[in-house]
Amino acid sequence: MITSNKSLPKTETGITGLDEITGGGLPAGRPTLFCGAAGSGKTLFSLEFIVKGATEFNEPGVFMAFEEKAEELSVNVASLGFDLDELQRKKLIKLDHVHIERSEIEETGEYDLDGLFIRLGYAIDSIRAKRVVLDTIENLFSGLTNQSILRAELRRLFQWLKDKGVTAIITGEKGEGSLTRQGLEEYVSDCVILLDHRVTNQISTRLLRIIKYRGSVHGTNEYPFLIDDEGISVLPITSLRLEHGVSSERVSSGVPTLDKMLEGKGFYKGSSILVSGTAGTGKTSLAAYFAHETCLRKDRCLYFAFEESPQQIIRNMRSIGINLQEHVDNGYLEFNASRPTLNGLEMHLLTIHKMVKKFKPSAIILDPITNLITVGSVSEVKGMLIRLIDFLQAEQITVMFTALTLTTIVTEQTDEGVSSLVDAWLLVRDLEFNGERNRGMYIMKSRGMRHSNQVREFVISDEGLSLVDVYLGPDGVLTGSAREAQQLMEETGAVLRTHAVTRKDREIERKRMVLQAKIESLKEEFESVTDELNKSYVEEELRKEIMEKNREQITQKRHHGDINEPGSE
Amino acid sequence: MSKEDPGFFESAGEEEMNRGPEYVLRLFVTGASSNSVRAISNLKQICEKHIKGNYLLEIIDVYQQKALAETEQIIALPLLIKTLPLPERRLIGDMSDEQKVLRGLGLIF
Repeated sequence: MITSNKSLPKTETGITGLDEITGGGLPAGRPTLFCGAAGSGKTLFSLEFIVKGATEFNEPGVFMAFEEKAEELSVNVASLGFDLDELQRKKLIKLDHVHIERSEIEETGEYDLDGLFIRLGYAIDSIRAKRVVLDTIENLFSGLTNQSILRAELRRLFQWLKDKGVTAIITGEKGEGSLTRQGLEEYVSDCVILLDHRVTNQISTRLLRIIKYRGSVHGTNEYPFLIDDEGISVLPITSLRLEHGVSSERVSSGVPTLDKMLEGKGFYKGSSILVSGTAGTGKTSLAAYFAHETCLRKDRCLYFAFEESPQQIIRNMRSIGINLQEHVDNGYLEFNASRPTLNGLEMHLLTIHKMVKKFKPSAIILDPITNLITVGSVSEVKGMLIRLIDFLQAEQITVMFTALTLTTIVTEQTDEGVSSLVDAWLLVRDLEFNGERNRGMYIMKSRGMRHSNQVREFVISDEGLSLVDVYLGPDGVLTGSAREAQQLMEETGAVLRTHAVTRKDREIERKRMVLQAKIESLKEEFESVTDELNKSYVEEELRKEIMEKNREQITQKRHHGDINEPGSE
Repeated sequence: MSKEDPGFFESAGEEEMNRGPEYVLRLFVTGASSNSVRAISNLKQICEKHIKGNYLLEIIDVYQQKALAETEQIIALPLLIKTLPLPERRLIGDMSDEQKVLRGLGLIF
């Protein structure tokens, strides 16, 4: 958004995007020249200016058509939802068709264009118009021959319009070497806007450029614009500054094992994810799982399919266990399928912009971006994707691109050269071994998080997607059936090992028991020895005691005996 | 003569009135601008000289009837519309080129 210059009053056009690149609209009360080749959208621009003025800004407008009849105009723009007849009845707009045919006119001397002035003045006054369109006034030059009169009169007309204070759009057909055939840019010097319609590789792109805008800053780039059933939208594309907010919130990829590789949490919200790989590696499946997961969280997801129709995707995804149809029915998922060649790149970008603004998704999927190459060069596609990523990041929308790599050699760049732009890059590749192809997946990069550096085998089955550790065998990386065989072998080994272990355990147990028994018997032995020893010791004691006792008795007896029984000893 | 009320018919040939004039002309002018004044006098002169008594000339000031500008498809002024005889012809300018006026009126080829 260009900041508007307050000193110059501007009139909002109401045309999506145009007011942004002009910093608020066209110069108020002055004429603006819209020039461009036939079919570049001049009439539509000017008509939308009038209609929006009448319907949105309460500024009635006069549309003076020098080319198309009023009825034709009404019919032509009815498809855009403009009801000119109704607006005319309400006196909000006034259509006037100027018919001028040289063959019917004879010029017999001096004349002026007072008729046009009166006519226009009357139309302006009758509805109190604030806006005027003269489409294409240069047709006067084909109807009238006296150039010097015409030029003088046109100069007077533009001055007169300024004096009237109406904001006017003059359209002019592009001439050779000049902006308009009759050099109208000389007269209308305040604001000149060039419309272009370029066809490259059979695909057309409409472009708009502000050539000059006196007294105001303005965007100088070529801005693509789109004409569809809602009128014109101009795309103010490049946000040159990188200052969008970031989120540290995480969103699941929909594949738990993949989340595990990303710190167990998944991607950052609002980041851009690229899934690249060779044909048939499951890129769409990954994208569909991501969409599925987003919808399960009750967030909206917008799916741009450039290769398959929505029905095809839904059917195919059912085979791997997800039902996208129910999300479509619930309004969480919306498909937009179109061939890339339907539009130019800018148109695709615009379509995405418009759909995003309308649907307000929290995630979008572009599947695949590779096909866009068919409508633009690598640098153009890259430019478009930069702008898309900018836009989506500003809106905090997570985007997943899939890209087909044409070679199996892993390079540091994708074919679209967007790998440096994205925040996360998943690579799915074929691993061919042992007569079969398997998918291997790894994370090339994932900004701002620890991520696994392992190659995982990417298995797609009826139950869905999962990532399995690959096996490193003596012959290298093992995948598929070789991995399964290896797994089986390892399982067998494990069982055998367990068996062996238990046997040894029992052996040890037995040994321990034997040892225990031995210890017991030794203990017994020791106790019996001790007992034995104790027994003899006690006996000794006893004997000693008894002998002591005996001796005492004897001694006593002897004393008695000395008296009673001498010599009894 | 430079300014006529709209709808004022000036018949120049009374003797022909009974069967109506062959030439029906309408001249649109803007007030008393120099082009208008010249156009009126030049046209009258030519008519008097070539189709005297056989024409009906209506002079209309567009300033007075602005709505006519749209309905009559008026851009350049002065404008002379030859309604009859058919085909209808439009002549613009101050009618100073007599040859062109005569050709426009179908008097010479």
